[in-house]
Amino acid sequence: MTSAAQSVQPKYDNSYLRKKNLTIIAAIAIIVLMGWFASNYSDYDSIYAISSIPFALSWLFTNFMPTADSLQELPEILYQTYSTILAAVASTTLASVLAIVVGVLGSNVVGVSSVVVRMALRVIASVFRNIPIVAWALILLLSFKQGEFTGFLALFLSTFGQLARLFLDTFDEISVGPVEALKTTGASYWHIVFQAAIPLAITQLMSWILYMVETNIRSATLVGMLTGSGIGFIFDLYYKNFRYDTAGLVVLVTIIAVIVIELVSNKVRRSML
Amino acid sequence: MNKELLFEVKDLSKSYTADKKALDSVSFTANTGELITIIGSSGAGKSTLLRCINRLIEPSSGSIKFKGKEVTSLNRSELKDYRTNVGMIFQGYNLIYRLSAIENVLHGRLGYKNVIAGALGLYSEEEKQRAFELLDEVGLSEFAYRRADRLSGGQKQRVGIARALNQDPAMMLCDEPIASLDPKSSEAVMKQLREIVDTKGITCIVNLHQVKTAIDFSDKIIGLRHGKKVFEGLPSELTLDTIKFIYEGTKDEATEVSAMEQIGDSHLKAGASND
Repeated sequence: MTSAAQSVQPKYDNSYLRKKNLTIIAAIAIIVLMGWFASNYSDYDSIYAISSIPFALSWLFTNFMPTADSLQELPEILYQTYSTILAAVASTTLASVLAIVVGVLGSNVVGVSSVVVRMALRVIASVFRNIPIVAWALILLLSFKQGEFTGFLALFLSTFGQLARLFLDTFDEISVGPVEALKTTGASYWHIVFQAAIPLAITQLMSWILYMVETNIRSATLVGMLTGSGIGFIFDLYYKNFRYDTAGLVVLVTIIAVIVIELVSNKVRRSML
Repeated sequence: MNKELLFEVKDLSKSYTADKKALDSVSFTANTGELITIIGSSGAGKSTLLRCINRLIEPSSGSIKFKGKEVTSLNRSELKDYRTNVGMIFQGYNLIYRLSAIENVLHGRLGYKNVIAGALGLYSEEEKQRAFELLDEVGLSEFAYRRADRLSGGQKQRVGIARALNQDPAMMLCDEPIASLDPKSSEAVMKQLREIVDTKGITCIVNLHQVKTAIDFSDKIIGLRHGKKVFEGLPSELTLDTIKFIYEGTKDEATEVSAMEQIGDSHLKAGASND
């Protein structure tokens, strides 16, 4: 055996794994140290925090438990839940139509031929996606004041951003073959979009849209607190008037509504496959 | 059947990069009602040649004439009309798998539709009946309403053929139509193409890997090697030496060997006296 061959021969090297272990130990030590320093600095006592959890929970349950009294408000709560769901569905559907247009036109497979336009659409989608819904609500409050429309608009804009980004990816990933095949039949651009691109992507599109409807019912509650509309608004109202039992009922109704919507959309999703 | 000149390719070249030509001055002609196969190893330029013909790929230079009209200079709407006249079927079938067989066949009519009717998929009653008849012709009428992803490979390819036929084409381009199929389905698809050529007078240009299939089914064979045409002639004129030359030294070594073995057999059976 020559010396060249010996040096090529791979050998067991214990320093690699030892180094890896040391890195992990060092990382844990740093985290513990940082945690100790931060809690000392802020007077945070984890033992007290953990021991007060049972008390906090029992307080929550006794105060937020809906009472017979709060049930009187049920019709109003149901009505507000209904209008919140409608706002979520309406803003999601409108946003998804616009997002599909952006997704198709900006796609690398079926998009417009101009690279500049495709890039511009991507940038718009990214900007909208990166502005959080609460920021939208606060910005829109300045020009549109409190009201249902402001809430709707905030939901619409943030949903549009998220869906546009997702749909751009979806339409990028559709297979080129069928699109090419329709091109060879002499089909025009819009034929190809409606007869190939959308059927190829529809399952994924619907799945995302249904998911956004669910998320938006939750988001609508939060946005409603800021824009003074829907279920979020009445939760805020009862809460600030110390009527915790009724506020608890609002939370309960919201949870049930979200679960029901989730069950329905799962069913729709399954039947679409 | 009266054969006349349908299609003419002259000095067609295509380069993807500056230093290498995928197609190098290829010329050939096709008559009506002819089945022409193009053989060659993978990477020889078969697919590029086919895609240049309907301008899915823009050729770098040369001329393509269809019914005496220059194809390379067509504008957008003229190109659409031309493509309506030229059907295409693919190795990967390229159907919309969510849709039923009959909906895929109806897509063949899109070239004749206006934007709204085509986009919304509004077809006339005659068009729907004709699509069904075409499925019947390729032996798939019982699967007309079945989703395309639930058909076998051979059935998918026959839906592809029916879609192309629904264009009422004068010519069909077939890009490795049987490369993903088992021998039995391959045979059925090739027979189908042969029948289309003989009964409807549609010209088929077929890219093939298998030399034996080319010899069995075609009126004319064209051999490509490194983008150059190295053979054009009747199946009986194809010699072992030519086949060796077409495949020699290419990365398609397995194909080369089996092709040569197959050709030896079939030439003996056909009684040709070339080697």
